Amino acid sequence: MSAKFPLTLHQVLVRRQGKTVIGPLNLKLETDGVTIIVGPNGSGKTTLLRVMHGIERINGGTVSWAQDDPSKHAFVFQSPVVLRRSVAENLAYPLRLLKVPDAEVKAAVAQWLARIGLSGKAQTAATRLSGGERQKLAIARALIRKPDVLFLDEPCANLDGHATREIEAILKESATAGTRLVMATHDMGQARRLAQDLVFMLNGRIHESGKAEPIFVAPKTKELAAFLMGDIVV
Amino acid sequence: MGGNSWNSVAISIQKRNSDPTERTSEFGRWMIDIYEGLKAALWLVVSLDPELWDISLRSLRVTLTALVVASVIAIPLGTYLAVQRFRYRRFVISLINALMGLPPVVIGLLVYILLSRSGPFGVLNLLFTPTAMIIAQVIIITPVIASIAHQAMRELWAEYHDLLISLNTTKWQRIVTLIRDGRRNLLTAALAGFGRAIGEVGAIMIVGGNIDHVTRVLTTAIALETGKGDFALALGLGFVLIGIAIVVNLAIHTLSRTEREGRW
Repeated sequence: MSAKFPLTLHQVLVRRQGKTVIGPLNLKLETDGVTIIVGPNGSGKTTLLRVMHGIERINGGTVSWAQDDPSKHAFVFQSPVVLRRSVAENLAYPLRLLKVPDAEVKAAVAQWLARIGLSGKAQTAATRLSGGERQKLAIARALIRKPDVLFLDEPCANLDGHATREIEAILKESATAGTRLVMATHDMGQARRLAQDLVFMLNGRIHESGKAEPIFVAPKTKELAAFLMGDIVV
Repeated sequence: MGGNSWNSVAISIQKRNSDPTERTSEFGRWMIDIYEGLKAALWLVVSLDPELWDISLRSLRVTLTALVVASVIAIPLGTYLAVQRFRYRRFVISLINALMGLPPVVIGLLVYILLSRSGPFGVLNLLFTPTAMIIAQVIIITPVIASIAHQAMRELWAEYHDLLISLNTTKWQRIVTLIRDGRRNLLTAALAGFGRAIGEVGAIMIVGGNIDHVTRVLTTAIALETGKGDFALALGLGFVLIGIAIVVNLAIHTLSRTEREGRW
């Protein structure tokens, strides 16, 4: 169980240009494992993740962590951002920010390069990697700091099956090692493979949430039932 | 000896130009001037003409010093303006952009007034010294470098924004990261400043005074030779100036090239 939790969102509201993006919504995440946020495009999944991570300004309500140490949570974006540096330097960057000793940085970088299969490309410019490699690098860079919580915004969008499987393996391994995962996806297959808890968002609000398995078997709302069936829900 | 070789080249060209028996067209004379200019420039370089070297080295020393000082001011400033939002930010950016277009002669005049014996900094005795020329060049090129650096850093900041915010970086860490990763764009900004400074004549003529062996640089020497009617020699010096600009640009690019075939 992570020391970071519970994370409590109370009456959180985000408005942009006079329009409500999400909320008001309440959510409490307190177990370890994997929480998957699902919902159609524009339902507010990304905004909710950004609010939880603390990089999105809120217009109402409160977001409270049990122990707030921003260096202990990390974020992986849908379009992986890579620094204009080598692959190895990208991995080393978060550790250098924390002033980790050089020997430890090198050891951690070597370990993660091997884990994501990029040892042979350590000195390659990260901007030259393929989409899947970039996303693996972004996830490794987020995990190298050993965060308590990792937020992921559709990390496998636009990736092929092979890259998706590799990324899911890394995520499962991290969850087993104790990292709390909170991930948005619109890939219901991925949600079924990874979710322990499920949050269904629609029109900026949490429509349904709870343990994943019962929800997948018997959703309480007709909107989620339709979404799980693959229908278009707006 | 340097002066003698310059004079002999100039005299031979003047003799040819004033010879009434030569019936060449305007275009032909122009081509000959260029040819003679190239020959004069080549001869001055090949013969290691001490005066040319003295002037060229002074040009480089003044310009590169001004470039370093201006870059130290302008690059962090441009980057700061890219990452930091504050009340008069847009005004400051507009001001820097406007300062890019300031006439160098006016800057020269202002620096002259400040450094003249009766001016506020007259006690420093800097007027008609290379330092005065460096000060004028710094004022001229700082807005150029800052403006180009700001544009480049703004684009990089847009790319890095979410990542650096999510990593909970401090403002200083963001600026350092942007400067490090945007160094190639910043080099372009610095080269633009170098190009502006090495070719500058108005301001440094006013504050430097074009004193032989003290403040004479390539551009002021060209202005002087042109005034004397030694066009070929002026042209030759111009070719040397262009050569220096190209060589310095290529050298900086080569030395700072960090990416080779996609590897760092």
